Amino acid sequence: MSGAGRPRSKAVDGWLLSAPALILLVLAASGPLLIVAVYSVLEKGDYSGVRWILSGEGWFRVLFERDIFDQTISLADANLSIFWRSVKLSVATTVITFALGLPTAWFIATRPAKTRAIWLFLITIPFWTNLLIRTFAIMEVIRNQGILNTFLIHAGLISEPIQILYTDTAVLIGMAYVYLPLMVLPLYASIDRFDFRLIEAGYDLYASRWQVLRGVILPIIKPGIIAGSILVFIPSLGAYVTPRVLGGGKNMMIGNFIELQFGQGQNWPLGAALSTLLLLIVVVSLIVYTRVSSRDDPGG
Amino acid sequence: MIPVAKPRAFDVTTLPGFTFVAILSFVLLYAPIVTLVVYSFNGGNSVNQWGGFSLKWYAVAAQNQAVQEATARSLIIAVWASVISTVVATMAALGTTRRGKFKGQTIIYVIINQPLMVPEIVTAVALLIFFSSVKIVTGYSGLGYLIVAHSAFCVPFAYLPIKARLEGMDTTMETAAADLYATRWQTFRYVTLPLLLPGVIAGAMLAFIISLDNVIITEFVKSAGQDTLPTYMLGQLRRALTPEVNAISTALLALTVIILTAFFFVTKKRE
Repeated sequence: MSGAGRPRSKAVDGWLLSAPALILLVLAASGPLLIVAVYSVLEKGDYSGVRWILSGEGWFRVLFERDIFDQTISLADANLSIFWRSVKLSVATTVITFALGLPTAWFIATRPAKTRAIWLFLITIPFWTNLLIRTFAIMEVIRNQGILNTFLIHAGLISEPIQILYTDTAVLIGMAYVYLPLMVLPLYASIDRFDFRLIEAGYDLYASRWQVLRGVILPIIKPGIIAGSILVFIPSLGAYVTPRVLGGGKNMMIGNFIELQFGQGQNWPLGAALSTLLLLIVVVSLIVYTRVSSRDDPGG
Repeated sequence: MIPVAKPRAFDVTTLPGFTFVAILSFVLLYAPIVTLVVYSFNGGNSVNQWGGFSLKWYAVAAQNQAVQEATARSLIIAVWASVISTVVATMAALGTTRRGKFKGQTIIYVIINQPLMVPEIVTAVALLIFFSSVKIVTGYSGLGYLIVAHSAFCVPFAYLPIKARLEGMDTTMETAAADLYATRWQTFRYVTLPLLLPGVIAGAMLAFIISLDNVIITEFVKSAGQDTLPTYMLGQLRRALTPEVNAISTALLALTVIILTAFFFVTKKRE
């Protein structure tokens, strides 16, 4: 839209055209996040909601609890175990999806141009499929009368079904399953740009396959590895549907713990503090990611 | 040619075990989905026993009034959300692409892509807090909240394919139109928009899928009696897994695959 002399500047045009999107997003996405941050430093209301009195209680209750009778302060073990489970399961999910995702992405990127699009499409279908449906699908497989247990019993490997559903293992399997495409896609994007002559050069210099993988491939696709890890780690840490469906009521993760504060728990400031904490973790990860990827990729 | 036992060329792109793990991943990704689909055609009364092929549970789901209402609600919200998000995303893409860097562009990117970065549970809680006060002030408790919320988180999904399409378009046609004294609006209407249309359609489709599939934000924002199909399914799960849920899941899955296939062809055409 250059052409005839336009009186308005690029910046004004840019902002004006983006304004409707920005208004919508500030109204129904970014803006309310600030309200959450504010609520985290207010006093808890009698039943739900908040009283407009400044209070550190919400943040205090993230890690500590007070004894009802003598007011002694102690670490809130229940909360700590939820945080620990969330971090542990999210790290494990990231590791598993990477172990499966790297070969998958590599496989797709090394297909001939014609079939590559089809393989990529096969990864995008699960990616766009409803998370809830995929979680149901995993539930079908791992429940006591599901195909996994039925198969193992018929094969004579076990006599009683293994209780997988409603355990941490179920949540881990479910998260690895639903987030695998999120690892494959960024890895694929960086392998796709990879110059395979570098591998040839490595082999010419008598590197073993392992040395080529460690010394040539992994350092070059590092931005893709970091992007994939963040894309898997962040939603895992904030997971809500998968732990709720596969973990049953008791194997809560941070996401379910947050919901509890706005539901039965009736402690909005604590829920808001937990949400803000999750948000801060995301912001820090993204800043680290931008730093690392801009350092590794001077061209981009 | 005489077949000579030529040693196979050493393929530098092959790494040991990679193909095996890749195939395993595809099997692991699809096996549960296939199971779900197969079991939706189960004629038996329980999810545990195969009672022969039947469309029984599809009929049960289709006649269930709660399912009918949830489906209608899901579609209404998804249509509104995809239209609204696509319109604003198209404008934003036009504003942020092909005009060089300008001041504050990064801020615009960050705000537009924010729903992709923030964990959904946090946005859900934020909207719950915000809309519950708005509900008290205005007294309105209709579908509007869900439509606004869905439109917002659909924006980045609509924006990305439109932006990609714009970046791939060259500007000579528009310059030519401007040289022929077309107004800005005429240039947009008769030159830019037709060229951009595949991107806009692709964006609208992704937004539609994203809205249709949403669980968490919907679960927190909806008022009583405003279940969408996914929140209805989540609610059903509190009791027991029923073949009916499998049937609904399969129907939704089929819709997603159809839209994605269409998306694939729409975006493919440009090459």
